[in-house]
Amino acid sequence: MNCKKVILELSTYLDGALDATVRIDLEQHLARCTDCRLVVDTTRKTIQIFCNSEPVPLPEDVRNRLHTALLERFRRNSKTT
Amino acid sequence: MVRCQISPVAPPGALLEANGRGIDFLSLTKEGEHAGKTGRRLYNKPARNACGLYLLALTKEGEPGRNGSGLYLEPTRKKTILSATDPKPLASTVVRDDEAQLVSAAKAGDAAAFEELVNRYERKIFRLGMNITQNREDAEDVMQEAFLKSYKNLDRFQGDSRFYTWLVRIAVNEALMKLRKRRPNQFSLDEPLNEDDDSVFREIQDWGPSPEQKFAQTELNEILNEVIGELDPIFRVVFLLRDVENVSTEETAQILGISVAAVKSRLLRARLKLRQKLNKYFRRSETQ
Repeated sequence: MNCKKVILELSTYLDGALDATVRIDLEQHLARCTDCRLVVDTTRKTIQIFCNSEPVPLPEDVRNRLHTALLERFRRNSKTT
Repeated sequence: MVRCQISPVAPPGALLEANGRGIDFLSLTKEGEHAGKTGRRLYNKPARNACGLYLLALTKEGEPGRNGSGLYLEPTRKKTILSATDPKPLASTVVRDDEAQLVSAAKAGDAAAFEELVNRYERKIFRLGMNITQNREDAEDVMQEAFLKSYKNLDRFQGDSRFYTWLVRIAVNEALMKLRKRRPNQFSLDEPLNEDDDSVFREIQDWGPSPEQKFAQTELNEILNEVIGELDPIFRVVFLLRDVENVSTEETAQILGISVAAVKSRLLRARLKLRQKLNKYFRRSETQ
């Protein structure tokens, strides 16, 4: 496997969905290629950092407006049925 | 009878825990040091995800059964932590198994059931709207429209997918409309991709073991917001659905109306582009 092929398979590899034969081939390449190893490692960390990032809080006023709009819709709906 | 067996890939002492995001799977940490927060839905065998976590699949929508990992479960909503070294009956699972019942009740006119669905997903839909539009007012509009439209069109929801996936589809469409309005001549999900694979190797630097710890949480959030905002929408949306919202590749393809191959290709590009953008913040300094 060459570096270009590693990049093509990178996402599938990081998702743990790579076919076993291809994975072994890729990991053998990683064992001897520092550049690819760094790309794999930093891409994995990129995903991890986003995965672990704090969720955007839902502001109370935004939530209140949503529920007011929904209640209004429920009320209109009950009148028509 | 509910039983849980730990997959053979799980190392001794590993923790099994709900991911806390209402997603139908369990994450298993590599060394039990941290309960997993992330994962993918419906893996049919134990797999290691991009975050270095081992995953176990649950049956779809909380149906009791056995998956490829030898994991038995029964629908319930309570979170459980189970030690791999001491397997015992799983008293509860993480699966929001009553989603289908709530949808049925809401279809029959039960407003409280619909409100429960709203309570369950409002934060996630707001976050998705924020992440796609990068604007609080737009995100609020997206969230409101998504819930109001889903309520109005509930009769059309056939249950072919999860309600959440259907809701995400509506929210994504609303968010993309906002983007199109803002940049009518620049935005298209069908843009051809002319990318240079070799650009990946132009800037390769080590980040060290925990690069995010270089920054305070607020600062880190700002950085992540900035880099995701710089990403072209065609990549941003795919990355957000797949890696932040944990929507499957197939569902992402359905939501965006593009092929599975296109999702995979765009996800790869998105991940590589984000890696490159984060490089300037996280690269290991010479003193490290």
